[in-house]
Amino acid sequence: MKKELTFFDKPRNVKRLLAVFYTSLIVLLILDFFVHKHAAFPWEKAGGFFAAYGYVSCVLLIFIAKLLRLIIKRDERYYD
Amino acid sequence: MTNLMPPALIFIVGSLFIPLIKGRFKSAFMLFLPVVAFFTLVKMPPGEHWVVHAFNYDLIFGRVDKLSTVFGYIFILISFIGVLFALKVKDDLQHFSAFMYAGGALGVTFSGDLVTLYIFWEIMAVFSTFLILARKTESSTNAAYRYVLVHLFGGLCLLAGIMLYIQNTGTARFDYIGLDGTASWLIFIGIALNAAIPPLHPWLQDAYPEATVTGAVFLSALTTKSAVYLMARTFPGTGLLIYVGALMTAIPIFYAVLENDVRRVLAYSLINQVGFMMCGIGIGTQLAINGTVSHAFCHILYKALLFMAAGSVLHMTGKIRCTDLGGLYKTMPLTCLFCMIGAASISAFPLFSGFVSKSMIISAASHDKLIFVWFILQFASAGVFHHAGIKVPFFTFFGHDSGIRTKEPPLNMLLAMGLAAFFCIAIAVVPGPLYDILPYPVDYVPYTGAHVVGQLQLLMFGALAFTLLILSGYYPAEMRAINLDTDWFYRLGARLFYNVTDRVLNRLNEVCADIFAYSIPKWVGRVSKRPLSLPLQYYLKKMERGDRHYSEETFDEEVKPEEVNLMPTGTPVLISIVIVVSLFLVFALWV
Repeated sequence: MKKELTFFDKPRNVKRLLAVFYTSLIVLLILDFFVHKHAAFPWEKAGGFFAAYGYVSCVLLIFIAKLLRLIIKRDERYYD
Repeated sequence: MTNLMPPALIFIVGSLFIPLIKGRFKSAFMLFLPVVAFFTLVKMPPGEHWVVHAFNYDLIFGRVDKLSTVFGYIFILISFIGVLFALKVKDDLQHFSAFMYAGGALGVTFSGDLVTLYIFWEIMAVFSTFLILARKTESSTNAAYRYVLVHLFGGLCLLAGIMLYIQNTGTARFDYIGLDGTASWLIFIGIALNAAIPPLHPWLQDAYPEATVTGAVFLSALTTKSAVYLMARTFPGTGLLIYVGALMTAIPIFYAVLENDVRRVLAYSLINQVGFMMCGIGIGTQLAINGTVSHAFCHILYKALLFMAAGSVLHMTGKIRCTDLGGLYKTMPLTCLFCMIGAASISAFPLFSGFVSKSMIISAASHDKLIFVWFILQFASAGVFHHAGIKVPFFTFFGHDSGIRTKEPPLNMLLAMGLAAFFCIAIAVVPGPLYDILPYPVDYVPYTGAHVVGQLQLLMFGALAFTLLILSGYYPAEMRAINLDTDWFYRLGARLFYNVTDRVLNRLNEVCADIFAYSIPKWVGRVSKRPLSLPLQYYLKKMERGDRHYSEETFDEEVKPEEVNLMPTGTPVLISIVIVVSLFLVFALWV
């Protein structure tokens, strides 16, 4: 039997991964100032527009989904 | 010079031999069929082939142009991958159905007239059902029945549209149809049902997660994408599709966030992805159609890859709910890797296939200044990463350790996933060959600095939202529950319909049977047997003497018809009497 992977069992590794992740976010925001933009809409040229939109989209998505669950959630045997 | 058989018939005729061959030869034969079909397609020059004159129409089995060829290639490629994935399955019915189904999809793709189209369309509907039935659980059987009923309804809409269309135009040939008049609307609804356009979509998330592990791979690739092909051919530039498509990208992602069954999450994201394609077809510019076709091509590969990864997990652990899974990267690292490649592709990460195709559709929206649609599509892009890109791998392979210890799936399954994963990356790194086979010349550069950075920001900050919500505990917990969708209307509606018809029609049947099969014959019998007995009876009754009970019982026994088989005859008798009388009246009054 092959030895199983346990990489994410160590909290240190999870912390490292998160650190890499947060760093990449900052790098992306900095890179934004160095790319040439040829956007169809004016707001695409604003620095960090996509970052803000991506973040807000996902928070809204979760928020609305949680509200939606109040209405549409049923027991697993609902149709039986 | 063309071959003896079109690609569709290679699959359909080939499938008939599958039960006759055993062992290694069967495996080799099944892998050989897509290869033969592929080379047949490569050798087919553009134009119309295999034209058969029948039923007063030209049946065209091989309309070969750029649009149909791309879809032909991808259907053949995914059939090869799907067969490789299913190679160890011991159930001949599944192999046979899969080939019939894929043959149907190829037939739809290359048919140049509506009669041929309809025949292959129904072959797809029927044989795809067996891939759901073959799971042989109670819930899969029920889902398969709902699936086939819904598709037969869609097929009937299409058939009605086709008949009207042929009646109106005098030809069964078709190309661009466009929305005007009843015929085109009926055809549109028939195609829209297969494309899972809301509110006609719930069959997809209902049935696909109930299919067999290997059947879901074929299902995810063929039905919706053959509808995309047909929509792109018959209704490009239909404004309605832009907005329907945009809604279609947005609505399913809310459901996907809440859903517990991994394959159902994938089914919702499938609807979301087809939404992008519908939007592209609606925009209808060359860039948009190219985007739609290339997105369908990439989508088939990564969606099949995701269904294969989820299927492998189901195959090895017997579990598929997020609440039951977690921590599987420890024992299934390769499957986990393939799943993440599929997830990155559907999320359109740079260097993964979705990036070079989906962006064409979004660019087409911005070229046409469709601001609202553009915002929805970007929202859906972030959203799809959220559920298909992060949620599926996270809750399956990471998240909390479920304690499940298993193994990698068999080699053939890993190879099939590896092949799909290879294409997902290869297409993104070298998009040229795919761009070359698109319907229109491609003047599009996916890898610009602004696009790469913008897309990465959108995705990574979406991931940030996920991370923060998970860490804060606000993220909606996975629950063993179902979420109501529009199938509620026909699932409960059907029950209501059944009860109402049961009460009304069966009662009517009883009454009719009582009158026509019992009371009248009895009365006629009495009268005819002893014409004098009735007046006599009344006479006896009136005089209140003699034993009338005796006489009545005698009549009953003598003329009472057999009880069996009589109940259902009442209504037909009533109906035929009504028809005969009304016919009589019509002729009597008119002639």
